[in-house]
Amino acid sequence: MTPEEILQALYDETLVGNAPRVLELTEEGLSVSMEPQTLLFDALIPSLEEVGARFERGDFFVPEMLIAGRAMAGAMERLRPLLAETGVQTVGKFLMGTVKGDVHDIGKNLVNIMLEGAGFEVIDLGVQVAPEKFVAAIDEHQPDIVGFSAFLTTTMPMFKANMNALEKAGIRDSVIVMVGGAPVTQEYADAVGADGYAADASQTVKAAKRLLQEKRSKVPA
Amino acid sequence: MHPLPPLLHNHPERIADEVRTTAERLRASYERVVIGYADCGTYGALDAVCADLGIERLPGLHCYDLYAGSERLERIFDEQPGTYVLTDFLARSFARTVLQELGLDRYPELRDTYFGHYTRVVWLAQQPDDELRGLAEQAAASIGLPLTVVETGDVGLDRALADLVGERAG
Ligand code: B12
Repeated sequence: MTPEEILQALYDETLVGNAPRVLELTEEGLSVSMEPQTLLFDALIPSLEEVGARFERGDFFVPEMLIAGRAMAGAMERLRPLLAETGVQTVGKFLMGTVKGDVHDIGKNLVNIMLEGAGFEVIDLGVQVAPEKFVAAIDEHQPDIVGFSAFLTTTMPMFKANMNALEKAGIRDSVIVMVGGAPVTQEYADAVGADGYAADASQTVKAAKRLLQEKRSKVPA
Repeated sequence: MHPLPPLLHNHPERIADEVRTTAERLRASYERVVIGYADCGTYGALDAVCADLGIERLPGLHCYDLYAGSERLERIFDEQPGTYVLTDFLARSFARTVLQELGLDRYPELRDTYFGHYTRVVWLAQQPDDELRGLAEQAAASIGLPLTVVETGDVGLDRALADLVGERAG
């Protein structure tokens, strides 16, 4: 296979969620000395973006999205150490969790995969993360951004509870806060005082990069 | 009664539009139209349609509220956040509305991805009989969770429907 063929096949097999094949193709690419970044940015990420677009259009439902995400995650596992070696600087540190009382996590996990793909270091606190736990983890990991994910109308108010906990701990201004999840809107994000919101995984990556840049340009060097 | 496809629950972004189209069509031939949906994940979009068309819907955030009452339901989720709720409808149609829609028939290995954080199934039993009980047990077993039965009857839904339909008739 030529490198072009490998990229095309990698794109196609990720789209249909053929995890074993995606891993094989990743190996094959590496064996012909393709750069890990090339595999990532020219095949895996575009493919998962297409998956997101199909989901938006209603052509894909949750299972298709999940198996594609899983296929990409498998390849990421193989590529992660290589990407680290090539000295690509991490873009930033992202701490993520689903709020207390909520155990939906599919959307959050997809966001994590895309963030990692884009060069973020992601620390995932899992589901049902209480405000105190977010605070403790921010102290411990010193992330650039913290993300709250919620999927139920009844758990969205936890965003506000988390914000209050950050305020109280005096760390609100040390970290960028992003919120997301199916029921969340920009207005809601503004209302709870979050710094950012995004409707899907690729927009999260864009917004996260933009917010980081804004913050860094404000801090005097 | 004109049923909307219950599977719309898996695509809540389409509920409001479907309701609008159906309600507008029905208004041509009926004096009054009411909507048998709660908010059900439309996150306010259904209320906007109701306000726009000047029609009423069932109260509540989702279907489950109507059977169990929102306070009881809140207690159930407080006890164990990892609770998956069944109604009679869901128990009866589980293979299609849940297993098939979530792709668990095709990709059984996704079980943990979906339900890894869940600890139990609670069946809000409206009209329990042996057959339904069997189906609810089967549903819970198919996702590897224990079943708790909470008998609710139909009172909640009946009352809400009576309120809805009775409102202007009286
Ligand atoms: C899959 C699903 C489930 C799975 C969840 C599995 C899991 N491990 O997550 C299962 C079947 C287990 C489930 C359970 C329940 N669910 Co459910 N579920 C869904 C469904 C069908 C899809 C959600 C999903 O995964 N979408 C795919 C992902 C990729 O999209 P997403 O979540 O929006 O995420 C994207 C963005 O929001 C964003 N994003 C996400 N997080 C973040 C975070 C940040 C920081 C940022 C910036 C962005 C971001 O990026 C993501 C990727 O693009 C929705 C309906 C729907 N179509 O939305 C209902 C839905 C969310 N569920 C609902 C309900 C009611 C429940 C139950 C209570 C039902 C029950 N019978 O018990 C339980 C919850 C119990 C509990 N204790 O929490 C309702 C919520 C209604 C409401 N008003 O709150 C919905 C809307 C269905 C409905 N119409 O009734 N559910």
